[in-house]
Amino acid sequence: MIDALVTPFTDFEFMRRALAGCLALALGATPVGVFLLLRRMSLMGDAMSHAILPGAALGYLAFGLSLGAMTVGGIVAGLVVVLAAGLVARSSILKEDASLAAFYLMSLAAGVLIVSLRGKNLDLLHVLFGSVLSLDDGSLLLIAAITSTTLLALALLYRPLVLECFDPSFLRSIGRWSPVAHYGFLALVVLNLVSGFHALGTLMAVGIMILPAAAARLWAKTLPAMLACAVGLAFASGVIGLLASFHLDVPAGPAIVLTAGLAHVASILLAPGGAFGARLYRRRHLEA
Amino acid sequence: MKYLLACLLFVLGPSLHAAPLKVVASFSILADMAREIGGERVTVTALVGHDADAHAWQPRPSDARTVMEADVLIANGLGFDTWMERLAASAGKREVVLAAEGVKPLEQHDDHSHAGHDHGPIDPHAWQSVANVRIYARNIASALIAGDATGEAHYRERLARYDAALAALDADIRQAFAALPEEARKVVTSHDAFAYFGASYGVRFLSAAGVGNRSEVSAAAMARLIRQLRKEKVPVVFIENINDPRLIERIANEGGARMGGTLYSDALSGPDGPAASYLAMMRHNADTLLAGIRP
Repeated sequence: MIDALVTPFTDFEFMRRALAGCLALALGATPVGVFLLLRRMSLMGDAMSHAILPGAALGYLAFGLSLGAMTVGGIVAGLVVVLAAGLVARSSILKEDASLAAFYLMSLAAGVLIVSLRGKNLDLLHVLFGSVLSLDDGSLLLIAAITSTTLLALALLYRPLVLECFDPSFLRSIGRWSPVAHYGFLALVVLNLVSGFHALGTLMAVGIMILPAAAARLWAKTLPAMLACAVGLAFASGVIGLLASFHLDVPAGPAIVLTAGLAHVASILLAPGGAFGARLYRRRHLEA
Repeated sequence: MKYLLACLLFVLGPSLHAAPLKVVASFSILADMAREIGGERVTVTALVGHDADAHAWQPRPSDARTVMEADVLIANGLGFDTWMERLAASAGKREVVLAAEGVKPLEQHDDHSHAGHDHGPIDPHAWQSVANVRIYARNIASALIAGDATGEAHYRERLARYDAALAALDADIRQAFAALPEEARKVVTSHDAFAYFGASYGVRFLSAAGVGNRSEVSAAAMARLIRQLRKEKVPVVFIENINDPRLIERIANEGGARMGGTLYSDALSGPDGPAASYLAMMRHNADTLLAGIRP
């Protein structure tokens, strides 16, 4: 039993690298996901991942499978969409969600167009799916660097972010922190999606960001507890997903995200905040 | 009157050398062969161009037009490019010439799961053996003659010249590999395309097919391959021109093998690359394999 859990990692370096990648993603992307969730912007993660894809694809087409080009392309595309959407939301009567949807769709369409204009059938599935099993030194360093930046930035922005989540109008009334928190946070979302797409691909990167956060929301009552719970769930999903990929011969990325999904479904059924939680736990409390 | 003139032109056209025979091949390697045999009497278009993957190909409207305007359509057959026949049928063409007609097919060996890369039971990559391509060349020449009977002598002469070049290449490769000890002749490639090469020239290709082309990789498939590399002490691992290099690097690294150069399997390189024609591709592949195997 222990053998089945440990030997994959002791025997194979690619498993250890994948594990390190999952840990970094859990520490970086998942806390960002928690704040996205609390700000009721969960779907925005998905939209942003589509906005990033064309930039990454452009980088891929221009420079091949170059880490730098794809990263820079993705970050630039993501930031442009976020800034444009924010500016429009602040200066017109359109709300943020509407202008974001508009810009990410434009970005996605432009990307698809550019890719097909190239006329070649380069295998863009590498961009769509990434591979946690082929993390080289460069990708690992990049993911780790983004995670470190994220943790530092979250520590600095923690107060304004919490206020922005629960009482944005108060934050706006007491100073100039609101836009800093807002755009700083959106930049973090973009950065972490880019780091996620190196490991899991653009389609799967959002999964490790949102699913553990949503599950943790069902269990935890305070923000620190929720952050800790989400990170724990994300890392556990990574480990279990990798082991499933190793023993059951299934692709690693989807296995990791599906494990997180299962954890979420289990939380809906069992957690205090879940579908039956209120009844389940109150009755037990009364009987005790 | 106009109509009559047009008819006359149509009949006389080929003999007057006015319009070259329009040949459309499904992918770059066949197109190169058609060009070698057709010479200046044909214009050849490849639907899937150099460095592109015929497995993942999707036709565009312009491709349908290319097919519609073609005089001769050439596909590989053996289940490699079945889309060609569909495309031809939808463009109202009756006949697609299968270049691999008459080749002795190898079965797809199934020691790994072929998720996402299934051609059915037969391995279609028959052009990886030069002896087979001599059959390809004959088939293509007959197709060109059928489309342009007045050029028969021209095609036959070019076919003879091309066939001689193929025979010489075949002998060269055979000789070069025969000089190596048999247990040294094993390598790993990332895509299961070299069975015909292996059978013809006595090289064992352990394929990383589970670590295949389009499907996402499972950790189990990677572990299997790495274990195999360690156990059989395979000296060298090759990347092909259409795969994720990071994956192969990782596998070579952990399996204790060297990285070989790039092999070309399903597509030629661009005109400036090392595999701009079929002959150049086979020579390049053989040289690269030999350089990798010899320590």
